[in-house]
Parts: sequence; C-alpha cells; structure tokens
Amino acid sequence: MRLWPLALALVALAALPPFIGSYVVTLFTLIFFYAYLGQAWNILGGYAGQLSAGHAAFVGIGAYVTAVLSLRLGLTPWIGMFVGAAAAALLGAIIGYLGFRFGLRGFYFVLLTVAFAEVCRIIALNTEAVGGAVGLYITFTGNPAQFQFQNPRAYYYIALVLMTGATVAVWRLEQSRLGAYLVAIREDEQAAEALGIDTFRCKLLASVLSAFLTGIGGAFYAFYQFSLQPNTLFGIPLSVEIIMRPIVGGAGTPLGPVLGSFILSPLAELSRSYFAATGWSGGHLIVYGSLLIAVVLFLPQGAAPFVARLARSWRMTR
Amino acid sequence: MEDDALSFLEVRGLCKRFGGLLAVEGLDLTMAEGEMLGLIGPNGAGKTTVFNLLSGFLAPDAGEIRFRERRLGGLKPHDICRRGLARTFQIVRPFARLSVLDNVKVAALARHPAMSDALAAARSVLERVGLVDRASELASRLTLADRKRLELARALATEPTLLLLDEVMAGLNATEIDAMVRLIGAINAGGISVLLIEHNMRAVMSLSHRVIVLSFGEKIAEGTPRAVAVDRRVIEAYLGDEYVHPAAH
Repeated sequence: MRLWPLALALVALAALPPFIGSYVVTLFTLIFFYAYLGQAWNILGGYAGQLSAGHAAFVGIGAYVTAVLSLRLGLTPWIGMFVGAAAAALLGAIIGYLGFRFGLRGFYFVLLTVAFAEVCRIIALNTEAVGGAVGLYITFTGNPAQFQFQNPRAYYYIALVLMTGATVAVWRLEQSRLGAYLVAIREDEQAAEALGIDTFRCKLLASVLSAFLTGIGGAFYAFYQFSLQPNTLFGIPLSVEIIMRPIVGGAGTPLGPVLGSFILSPLAELSRSYFAATGWSGGHLIVYGSLLIAVVLFLPQGAAPFVARLARSWRMTR
Repeated sequence: MEDDALSFLEVRGLCKRFGGLLAVEGLDLTMAEGEMLGLIGPNGAGKTTVFNLLSGFLAPDAGEIRFRERRLGGLKPHDICRRGLARTFQIVRPFARLSVLDNVKVAALARHPAMSDALAAARSVLERVGLVDRASELASRLTLADRKRLELARALATEPTLLLLDEVMAGLNATEIDAMVRLIGAINAGGISVLLIEHNMRAVMSLSHRVIVLSFGEKIAEGTPRAVAVDRRVIEAYLGDEYVHPAAH
C-alpha cells in the first residue's frame, strides 16, 4: 500500500476547517467519528470474524460512565473516558468469555451481543441514578478542561485524531502476530487451533480491545452531543450504523471503515435532512438499504479492495 | 513399569463413543521416537477419531494418552500442538483467502514470535515441500495435490516431533502419490515421527515401519506391513470372511 496519498489526504483534512462552514464541519466530524467506531468494530468483526451486532453497548457504557463521573464526581472527561473505556472493555470481556467459552458462532454470537446491548438499554432506561428514560444532560460551559469547546472545529480535530489513531492501530495490528492469528481464526477456527493458536484467548483479546476503543468513542459522543439517551446510545440502530461502515468499505481491511464512513455518513446526513424537509422522513433508510444491497451484490468484499485494485491498475497504466 | 518412560507416544485403553456407537474401543498403541507407524482400516473403523483424540479435538471417554512422558488429557489442541504433536485434516482446511506463504507463516509464528523469523521459517518449509514457487498464490487457487502439500507444510511449520497425517494421498494421481511418498519419507528421515492414516496400501506399506489395523474401533492386528497384509482378520475386515479361504469354495 502506498502511503503518500493517505498522508496527503490527512494533511488536506487537517488544513480544511478554516475554509468550511459549520454544517460541513459537523458532517466531517460525523464521518470521522463513525469511521472511528467502525474501525473499533473492525478488530472483532472484520479481523477476528466474530460478528457483534451490539457494539452500541460499549458506546453507551463509555458515554454513561464518563458522564456520570463528570456530573457526580467532577472527574474531567479527559480521564473519565479511560475509566468509561475500561468499563466497556470489562463488558467486552464478559460477552467474549460467555460467547467464546460456550462456543457460540455465527448467528448465536450475534444474538448474544444484541441481547447484552438491549439489557444495557433497559437497565439505563429504568435506573433513576443515571436519568432513566429522560437521560442525562451536560451543561455547556465551553471549558476545554471539561472536554467542552466553543469552537466546533475542536471536535472536528479530536474526531480526526481518533479516526487516524484507530486506523494506524488497526494497521499495526494487521502486521502483528495477534493480527495474523485473528485472521486465521476468521478463516478457519479449527485449523487455527490445530496450528497452536489459543483461539479462545485471541478472540477474547479482540473483544476487549474492540470494546475499549468503542468506549472511548462513547465518551466523545456524550460530550459532543451534551446529552445521553438510553434509546440512542444503547439502541440497535446505532449498532447497525457501526457495522454498516466496515461492511460497505471492506471489513478486515485497515481502510475499509474509513472508506465506508466517507460513503455512508454524508449520505445518511444529507438524505436524512432532504427527506425530512420534503415530508418523507424515514425515506433516507430506503436510500441506505438500496446502497447496502448494491454493495452486497457488486462489491461483496466492500469498497476498499475495489479501490485498491483501481489504484494498482492506474499505476500499471502509467 | 520401567519401560513406560521409554515410549514416545503411549496410548492405553482409549475409548470414545458417539451415542450408541463405539468409535474407538480400548485402543492400546505405542510409538517409538523416529518411527513411522501406519494406521489402516476400512471406512468408519475409527481412524480419524483416534487422530481427533490424540490432537485434543475430542475428549476421550476413557483411557490415557502420554506423549513424551506427559499426559495430554484435558489439554486443548493448541497446547498439544505446542508440545510438538501436529496434525493435518483429512479434508484440507487452508485459509483460503490468504496466500500460501501467509498460511504457513501463521503456523510458523507458534515457534517464531517475530514476524521476520516466522516468514523465513515459512519459506524454508515451503522449499522443503516444493511449494516455494506458489508462495504468493492465494491458497484457494491451488490444485488438490498442492493443497495437500500446503496442509502438510503448515503442520511442519509448527515444528512437531510427531506428525499425524490424515489421508494426505487421497485424491492424488499416481505421480503425485509417488512425490508425496518421497516427501513423507524425507520428513521421517529428518527425525520427525509420523503416524499415518492412509487408504493407499502401496504407499502405507512402503512407508511404514509398523502398521496397526483398526476395525469397528478395535485393534485387530499389529505388526510389520508384510505380516499384517497376510493376517486372516485383516483380510476378513477388508474383504469379508469368504475371501479368507478362497480354496474352500
């Protein structure tokens, strides 16, 4: 993989904010943020091949723990986010332990992850200490020490750093022993086990790592939105959003979730506002669904391998 | 008993049942270091079940397996592999979307944690099995003969002292079988003990120092290939009892 086009793109994205309006800043912030969440999912779903459809659980845990620590104990989210992420990682360990110890595969693992996310949602809905169905609201102070910023471009940069950091981490993982083991497990778990790979331990590690990163994303989301609602943070729709990007972009590749987010996130935002304005709210889901069908039909490996092929043939024709 | 400590692989009273079916019944088996032992028997005799028990993919209902003086009971397949007992699968299981080199590299990582060492080890294994010119090919594009070689290469890359080979000749043509026989002979000559399940009699008889015959989960004969080939119970198991004394008909 040639790195200079990516480095160039990164420099361009870093230089962009002064030249764009606040709506476009928001659009890019969401692209980066969902790319980050997709990248975190990619470790467990894309590389290890364990399909989690409940990653919202880790977003919610990360968000709620960070927010409660900040609101009740005055702990700055800059530290609180790591506590929140650790709590998400613990949940990732529990789900992973149960799922992998009892050999749940395919649909059964999917159901387990959905069930845990739903349990989290219902607990949050019914726990008054964390706001119950009303949720939690964070008062805006604009104090950077409390992860609050007057200028929305600050969130743009933080999201950009998250996306870049996670992508580099996943790229490094791919080159590592653990990464090679996860891919082997995804391709054929029994063969991997026969070759001396502790498949249980590797899958558990992937689950913990993936949940930890997702929890950090939850903390960002809480302090970006200033509000936490159980149905939004723990809901199935968020889990689906997280999965869609790596699938469309190419699961199990370092650039897949990023590419998927650049395709899907603007589409989601633009079509949502377009259909809402024309009185066809919900219509964006039809656009979304059609795109997903097209990807499954024409690019079953996602967009990233397709783009890589294009880049290769372009280099060869020069 | 004193001679216990001397055996390389020692299996005593091994039993495995699936529901009402006794797949393996009271199997005793010993192997010396460096030996090539053939395990033969009609379809459904329990040979692959024995492999699954030895490699930790199945837990025995009774009996004991000792490998290099340590019990294997309760160990997971990956632990057993790291102790030096590697296996191949009868139905080959390459990582289809990985290159041939990456397939073997994953296995080599068991002994060489650094990626560059693992790659070097993988390359040398590919050279040994004659797949080095296919190294960058996707595993899914290999012919059956090459997939069997890849299966063997991956097991070898875990650097075993005992190799369990499950029908690595099945589906190969005569030339390919000759090449595989030479390869397995060379592996054994290099100091790796081999337990061989094989239906190709010419191959198993020429390779094995000793042969064990299973039928309906029980050992019915054991000895040199020559002795086993004329054993009354073996002929009966393979061909039916009317072939035992053809002159009587």
